[in-house]
Amino acid sequence: MSWTRKILRVNLSKGTCTPEALNMDWAKAYLGQRGLASKYLVEEVDPTCDALGPDNKLIMATGPLTGTMASTAGRYSVVCKSPLTGAIAASNSGGFLGAEMKFAGWDMIIFEGKSEKPVYLLMQDDKVELRSADAIWGKSAWETDDILHATHQDPQMRIACIGRTAEAGCLYAAVMNDKHRAAGRSGVGTVMASKNLKAVAIRGTGGIGNLEDAKKFMDAVDAGKQVLADGAVTGQGLPIYGTQVLMNVINGVGGLPAHNMRDVGFEGAGDISAEAMAEPRKSDGKPNLTTNAGCFACTIACGRISTVDKTHFSVKDKPQYHGASGGLEYEAAWALGADTGVSDLDALTYVNFLCNEDGFDPITFGATVAAAMEMFGDGDLTTDDTDGIELKFGSAEALVAITELLVTGEGFAKDLGQGSKRLCDKYKRPELSMTVKSQEFPAYDPRGIQGIGLNYATSNRGACHLRGYTVASEVLGIPVKTEQNDAEGKPELVKAFQDATAVVDSAGLCLFTTFAWGMDNIAPQIDAACEGDWSVEGCLEAGERIWNMERIFNQAAGFTADDDKLPKRMLNEAIKGGPTDGQVSRLGEMLPKYYEIRGWNPQGEVTAETRKRLSL
Amino acid sequence: MKMYIEFYASLMKYLPPGNSRFRREVKVEDSLKLNRLIECYHISPEEAHLVLVNGHYIYHEDRPNRKLIEGDVVSIWPPVAGG
Ligand code: SF4
Repeated sequence: MSWTRKILRVNLSKGTCTPEALNMDWAKAYLGQRGLASKYLVEEVDPTCDALGPDNKLIMATGPLTGTMASTAGRYSVVCKSPLTGAIAASNSGGFLGAEMKFAGWDMIIFEGKSEKPVYLLMQDDKVELRSADAIWGKSAWETDDILHATHQDPQMRIACIGRTAEAGCLYAAVMNDKHRAAGRSGVGTVMASKNLKAVAIRGTGGIGNLEDAKKFMDAVDAGKQVLADGAVTGQGLPIYGTQVLMNVINGVGGLPAHNMRDVGFEGAGDISAEAMAEPRKSDGKPNLTTNAGCFACTIACGRISTVDKTHFSVKDKPQYHGASGGLEYEAAWALGADTGVSDLDALTYVNFLCNEDGFDPITFGATVAAAMEMFGDGDLTTDDTDGIELKFGSAEALVAITELLVTGEGFAKDLGQGSKRLCDKYKRPELSMTVKSQEFPAYDPRGIQGIGLNYATSNRGACHLRGYTVASEVLGIPVKTEQNDAEGKPELVKAFQDATAVVDSAGLCLFTTFAWGMDNIAPQIDAACEGDWSVEGCLEAGERIWNMERIFNQAAGFTADDDKLPKRMLNEAIKGGPTDGQVSRLGEMLPKYYEIRGWNPQGEVTAETRKRLSL
Repeated sequence: MKMYIEFYASLMKYLPPGNSRFRREVKVEDSLKLNRLIECYHISPEEAHLVLVNGHYIYHEDRPNRKLIEGDVVSIWPPVAGG
């Protein structure tokens, strides 16, 4: 269904659940999900508020296409002010929960205030109530999921929840759904915990409705699916190899950071790649990869389901981890692996299980461990600080031990749970935090791939590849190849990717469709489903509007051009060796032009003229 | 001359027998052209999506004339993506 036109407002302080009509004027300007929820946040939340205080709000929002038959149309986003960055956060997740929310008849849920005691929201179609979370508080996300399914005796119920790291105040806790899917970045799970909200359990039995033109929609959807099936990446590459196929590619082109981004190029890349996941292990003759998996309505199915060798040191005495579970995706494999120098595939898979089980962002976590490892190597940290763990680059044992420690929330886990920015500040090595706006980089080095560096610097939620994935063009040749080491033309490329991504993230679709779909495949699906102007131009204008709205929120929260920067390591320490030898990020060349084409002043502020043009 | 080939993902099936996961040392005629090398291994132009020589991307139109030299590493991927 397109918009249900109904949202649920849950006041946790008062314990009330109140249905409201969706603001359709906003829907026609901001589409849904990331864009529309951000609009509600901007209107209702003071950007300077304490992200973990009752004045912040947590919004779970679907897009107008979520729950429809469009391919990948199962997405939802969690939007709030981030406790990690202090900027606006919008974390996107697949799985099945988003579609279930639509089937229950709701576009979004706004949580406000703070509950006195732990609660969870039970949503069964129109019936919504807050229930005591006494039985699940203190439990992992997996246990919570199991207990709620058992309590409600409904295998079809879909659950989003937080794990123990969120409860312990880890600043990069995720909201997990369907056990293995995560609204992973920027600490949206930490905000959920701060409200004493443990879970949202949803069961919807409604059908499809409210499509602007159902026939036209199904034609556009069918055409879109054909394009995905015919596309080499979406029809074959992603289902067979998953995102992990990138490990060797990015290493091969000189763009894979390693060892807290001290180096570029990782010797062990092949051992933790998609190809390695698919080959029989020496130990037990079985491959790490068990099968692929898809989210709701997805015809790509990039997800990885993996099994760790039962005799591997990480799980030897832990039969609960002997079954197949959500396996490594590229970003997790990089942060937990290359960035920490660990090339033990099964160890990374086990650690990734723990990230899912207790809901924390593997990118920020892995990168924070990597920063701690560099400090340990330099003598800034000793085993006295790390609860006895020999935190050396390349040690799978140390990685496993530190991850198990994080989940306890005890000792060094408290420092580690703050992310690398606060950790490195505390131990007086601020230059070792590989972050923008306090959020850690993902798996592409901005020295080796110029456009992605500009995207990191200007991303509204801190360093993130999913705000403008220029790697598609700069390395992978999608839709067209651009030179990865050129700075010229990159401001335009970054802006185009950022605006288009904002549309996809607001529609209910998965960004991975864009490896085959252009806006001319996406816009007709939105346009047939939704009221309003959703031509290609209309969509892209909405994307630009959303981007600028997020920027304005951040400006009001205190961010300036000074926050659009990369760590000194990226600007001054040239890559040594390999195809990108001698490169640094040329952010300074790209940023002024980027501001200009965005319609911002040289200080990076959205001008009155641009606000007017975009009706902001 | 001696050089190296690396085939990844679904192209691994085109690798001649050997021990390393992705890489083989091969002997080819001097100054062999890149496209010729790709054809030798029966990799179609559509499959040879990402072609690197020593880590540098070679555009489709430059492949027929690109001369290989001793010690070059040619790495080839089919269309792939992730994120
Ligand atoms: S492409 Fe992957 S992440 Fe996206 S919806 Fe499909 S299975 Fe989920």
